[in-house]
Formats: sequence, structure tokens, C-alpha cells
Amino acid sequence: MKTDKEEVTEKELPRVQVNGIECITGADALLRSLIEEGVDTIFGYPGGAIMPTYDKLIDYEDKLTHILTRHEQGAAHAAQAYAMVTGRPGICFATSGPGATNLVTGIANAFLDSIPVVFITAQVTSTLIGSDAFQETDIIGVSMPVTKWNCQVKKSQDIPETIAKAFYIAKSGRPGPVLVDITKDAQIEKVNFKYRKCDYIRSYNPHIPLHTKAIESAAIMINHAERPLILAGHGVLISGAEKELQAFAEKTGIPVASTLLGLSAFPSAHRLYTGMLGMHGNYGPNVLTNQADLIIAIGMRFDDRVTGNLKKYAKQATIIHIEIDEAEINKNVSVDVEINNDAKEVLSYLIPLVKEKSYEKWIREFRICDKAEYEKVIIPETKPEKGEIRMGEVVNLVSELTRGDAIIITDVGQNQMYAARYYKFTQPNCWVTSGGMGTMGFGLPAGIGAQIALPKKTVVAFLGDGGFQMTVQELGTILQYKVPLKIIILNNNYLGMVRQWQEMFHDKNYASTELVNPDFVMIAKAYGIASRNITKRDDLKDSLIEMLESEGPYLLDITVEKQGNVFPMVEPGSSVSEIRLSY
Amino acid sequence: MKQEFTISLFTEDHIGILNQITIILTRRQINIESITASESAVKGVFLLTLVVKTTNEMVQKVARQMEKLVDVLKVFVHSSEHIIYQELALFKVTTKGLMSGNIIDHVVRAHNARILEVSPEYIVLEKTGHKTEINELLAQLEPFGVLQFARSGRVAITKQVKELNSYLKEMDEANRVRPETQQILN
Repeated sequence: MKTDKEEVTEKELPRVQVNGIECITGADALLRSLIEEGVDTIFGYPGGAIMPTYDKLIDYEDKLTHILTRHEQGAAHAAQAYAMVTGRPGICFATSGPGATNLVTGIANAFLDSIPVVFITAQVTSTLIGSDAFQETDIIGVSMPVTKWNCQVKKSQDIPETIAKAFYIAKSGRPGPVLVDITKDAQIEKVNFKYRKCDYIRSYNPHIPLHTKAIESAAIMINHAERPLILAGHGVLISGAEKELQAFAEKTGIPVASTLLGLSAFPSAHRLYTGMLGMHGNYGPNVLTNQADLIIAIGMRFDDRVTGNLKKYAKQATIIHIEIDEAEINKNVSVDVEINNDAKEVLSYLIPLVKEKSYEKWIREFRICDKAEYEKVIIPETKPEKGEIRMGEVVNLVSELTRGDAIIITDVGQNQMYAARYYKFTQPNCWVTSGGMGTMGFGLPAGIGAQIALPKKTVVAFLGDGGFQMTVQELGTILQYKVPLKIIILNNNYLGMVRQWQEMFHDKNYASTELVNPDFVMIAKAYGIASRNITKRDDLKDSLIEMLESEGPYLLDITVEKQGNVFPMVEPGSSVSEIRLSY
Repeated sequence: MKQEFTISLFTEDHIGILNQITIILTRRQINIESITASESAVKGVFLLTLVVKTTNEMVQKVARQMEKLVDVLKVFVHSSEHIIYQELALFKVTTKGLMSGNIIDHVVRAHNARILEVSPEYIVLEKTGHKTEINELLAQLEPFGVLQFARSGRVAITKQVKELNSYLKEMDEANRVRPETQQILN
């Protein structure tokens, strides 16, 4: 068989040239560029077109660790979680064709949740592009709608500059995934390597001059508000504005509500914290969104899961929107004051301009709502005395046992909503979930990525029995790299969230939501992972302690109530103020 | 209410930029009425002129999404009164038909058209103007046998005084790395 290597005429150049510029292969240049950007971990999967790069990986094994996942999607999610817990871009390798297309769900997931991930895909030899060659896919075209930026490199000399650009774009402004597609011949050809980080692109302006006038008007509104509410989103965490947010809230006395991805930006136990917004958020912040006279939205995008019916969303309120992405302003909700800047910069400028105040009467209204939710939902969910184990009590116990200090990973669905609702966060950036995309199968590989990023931390992944099986092959990654991830399967033998909707909105027509599951303990054992199944409440706490104290990976399969429903709930099409505590 | 807007996009010369722009319009179910692309007065910067029919609210949203694209420099949205614009059309008409009507002199004068080529079989006319003016000429020529008709997209010049170069300068100043942002980047 003819290899691509033979097709490429390598230029015979001396290895070291004058002026300290080295002549190396494109693959070397790629790996050296990554090292220049501070990369130490790569998640990926090899294949034909990317073989020249994998061939060189061994030369850099003291600086670059490659984690071989069991599917490219797993690599993509792991890289995303790595980025979410470290704040540094995640790196993901895949080959051309199916390798590249297998990434797409992971890329889209990172795109919707604004996570910086640099995806490197290989492409067939440049002379074959466009000819429907073996394992050729137009990944540039395929990934265009779901990347912040993408670029194909056909010449080895363009590799360093493109990688520099990719990193700059991925992590600046509103972060997001970028994809660089490198042809096989570009990986083989020689390049005179010199690396320079990118800090400027003419057509791209992430550093927006502070809109001081708008911030000053916002300060006046804040100082005159009677029922103000802060909506804190993921942007607070991305810009590292947690301290500023807390200082701002404490000075002004304004209560804080969080979006799903904003969780952990503000301590759950803080007296001004009112809970999570949205479909399965807390009762108070949802109901009282429609009674606030001023809404200060920080680093969030008024997603439909947050706003419910837009026609009935916060019509009475004046809205200040602090958001780095101008395209998000006035997209879903028309706002009164646009502050198109970084959250941290805005809050730093804003804090001295606002008056010290307190809103005891207004906050009491949240506490009244909290009480209703506590009695009707939280107590039965977290402290049930009889019946089967409930998801809420598992999360609540893990929260208590880890003192809110674990890294929490979730899959998607009921497991995710329970984890979001009942884990009490004490530290920022300890929450990894798939928000915008709602990607089932995210949890297990994300847990692996987070645990590899923070090997000393306790990382707990809450998964459903459905989502677990979407990426179950990643147990092999845990086996190979001895990843001490703690996996909790909240097993109800159902696609629980879909089942809940069938129960509530589709006349209990449980079409294709019941799962016949294998023995998860036996599966875990096959992968050398300690495992146990729990069905009784009496065994729950001890087994959780055993799991948390274990050194290595652990899978705890917890049989929970089969037909549990997550409440409160803003039904689709309803207003946030119509949130229900039961049905 | 839907109305006609002209979107002028200044972009870098990056392969695939048109694709990125049409993706935004496609997702919002907006048809492109016409499109032209060419290098602008600034070397290396390309100008795309799109004509779309949509609501003011929607055109503002898509314009912001377009400007967000890494390789797009600046996006301007104009309603017709803020721009000077032209379209160009070519007509191929049978010589026999046009001569028999004895209107050629009238057509050329009244419509300010130009004759590009005359052969025994056909005459090629060129007309620049607004779409309605071109349509009027087309209607007048149709009875004499129009063999071919081709119309260009819109090209537009804005009435505003501030030019792209000054925007580029402002963006440049805002984004030349300041020491504090350099720190964040590292």
C-alpha cells in the first residue's frame, strides 16, 4: 500500500538553521506550538491522517500527556471539562473523516456553553482534498456553525501562526471552541519554526473600551431601585468576577439568583443567595423575577430555559444587561441599559458608584417562597422517611459529606437538575454540566477530563442510567489511566426527564423511555472499577462514605424511585411566575 | 413589518466567510435578495453588499451576529434612504424586433441606457439604476423579444461621513494590547 509519506517530497533542510530558527516537521511544529501555549494534556484518538503527529508525540512525552479516550466524543467532552475546571483551553486531537465528525457533538456543546477548546483535526493530503478521498470530510464546513472560528492549514509553515491565532480566539472575549484542520502533508513537511503568541487580530475586538456612561446610568438606577434582583450567569465565572459579584451584592444588599451555568459563582449558603433560575430552578427567584423593579443581568444570555414565556417575562422591570457578547444583548429580551463589556471590569467600575443599602422587606419575600418550596419539595425530596431512595437525598448527602468542596459533574436530565438544586457550592468553578446543548453522555467523559485536570480533588459525577450508557465505553479510559473518578448512577431504569414530560404533557404515554439495563456493577468490575449497587436507604450513607474514601475509581449504582419528578417546574410556554411546586 | 435593508459587511479575505454569513441568515429564515462582493477601497478588505427583506428588529440581531464573526471587520445596516445604490442590467434583444418598433432612439434616451453591441441578430443594451427602473425598461423591451436578461446585485455607497478607515483605526486602538489585558492572556 502506498502511504502519503511517499507522496510528499520532503525538503532536505538542515535541522538547525541560523538565528536560532529550527527546521522541524509540521507535526513537531504543532506540538511545540501547544507547549508554547502552556498545554500539558491532550485528549484524543489517532487515525490515518493524524499519524504523523502521533508519531512525534513520544518525543515530547515529558511535556505533553496524551489521554486516549474510547471515542472522539469522549475526548471532546473531557477536554471541555478540563477547560471548565482549570480555566485554560482544553485540547483535543482527532483524525480526518469519522474522527472529526465524531467530535461535532462535543464541539457544539462547548460552543453553546462558551468553553475554550482547541480542536485539532487532521485532514487528508492537500492534493486529495475535494476528491472524496478515503476518510475525507469537509470538517471546516461541518463545524462552521458550531465553532467560534475554524481554519484549514495546508502548509506546514502556517501551523505556528494558526495555532497562536486559535488559542487567542478560543480564550479571549466570549470564549469558545476553535478548530484547526491540518492536512497530512502539512504535518510531514518541514517548517522553520519560530513561535510568537497572538495578541491582536484586526477584525476581532474582544477588548471593548469600558462603557462608563452606561455603567454610570446603571448605578443611578441601582441606587434608586426598590426591588432589585441580580441574575448571575456563566460570564461571572468566565471573567473571574466572583469576588466582585459578592462585593457588589453585599454593598448594595441586592439578592442574587444564578443560572444553571452560573452555579458556584456565588456561595449557595450566602444570605443574599436566592437560588437557581429557570425551568427547574428555585421557586423564589422565578416568581419574583416578575415582581422585581430592576434586573441586573450579569454574564448571562436569557436562554429560554431561564425566561420561560418571553411575552410574560419581567415586563415590569427595568433591565440592565452586562454582557461581553454584543450579539446576546437584545436578542431574546429587550433591555434598557446595555453594557457590552467584561463582567469583572464592569463590576469593578460599578462598585464605588453604588450606595450601601439593604432590602430586608424584599428579601423576606424570597424567604417566604423558600419556605413554601422547602416544605412542599425540598424536605420530601432530601429527607424522605419511607419509599425508595430519591435522587435529591443522594445529592444532598454527597453535598454534606464533601462539605460542598467536591467538583461536581453531571450528565443531562433529572440527575442534572437534582445535582444543580441540592448541591451546596462553596467554591467557584467546581460545577461541570452541559447547559445549552443538554448533551446526554456528557457526564462520564467530562468527569474523566475534570479528574485528570485535578487529580487530587474529589470529583463526583452524577449520571443517569440512560446518559451513562451513551458514553459507557469511557470506563476504558478510567481503567487505562487509573482515573479516580467517583461515579454515581441515579438509576431509575428510565430516561427520567423525558418520562416526566410524558407523564405531565403526553398523557402518560411512556414511549421508548423505559430501559432494560445490564448489571452496571458487573460492567464496572470488568473494567477493574470498584462498584456496588444500593437499593436501600439504610445502606446509602455508608456506601457514599465508602465511595468517597476510596482511593481509586468507584462506581455506585443507586436504584432510585422509578417515577420521580423534578419540581418546581416552569412548564413549557408558561411564565416564570407560574412555576409549580407540584402537579 | 418587513422592509428592505442593505447590509454592508467589511471582511478580511478569509475563505468561507460568505458561508459563515449565509449560515446566520439561513437559521433565521431570511432570503438574500441580492449579493455582491468585491475588494473595498481599503486594500485587503472585502465589501459584501447584501439586500434582505426582514424586520428592523431582526436585521439588527443578525447584523450583530455577523459582526461577531472573527473575520468580519464591521457591519452596517441601511434602509434605502441612507445609501446611494445602483444595480446593473444587460439586455439582449433581437435587432429585428427592436428596429421594427422604431423605438431604439426613445429607449436609449428615455432610460439613459447604453448600446454595448450591435449585430444583425441582436443588440445588447446596458442599464444601471434602481430595480424599478430596470424593471420598467424590461417591460418596455419585452414586446420586441428579449433573448437574455441579466441583473447584478446591488452595490451601495453610504451617505454617512465616517469612513471604514476611521473605524479600523478606532478598533485598532481599542485592541492593541494593553498591559493589563496581556496579563489576562498569559
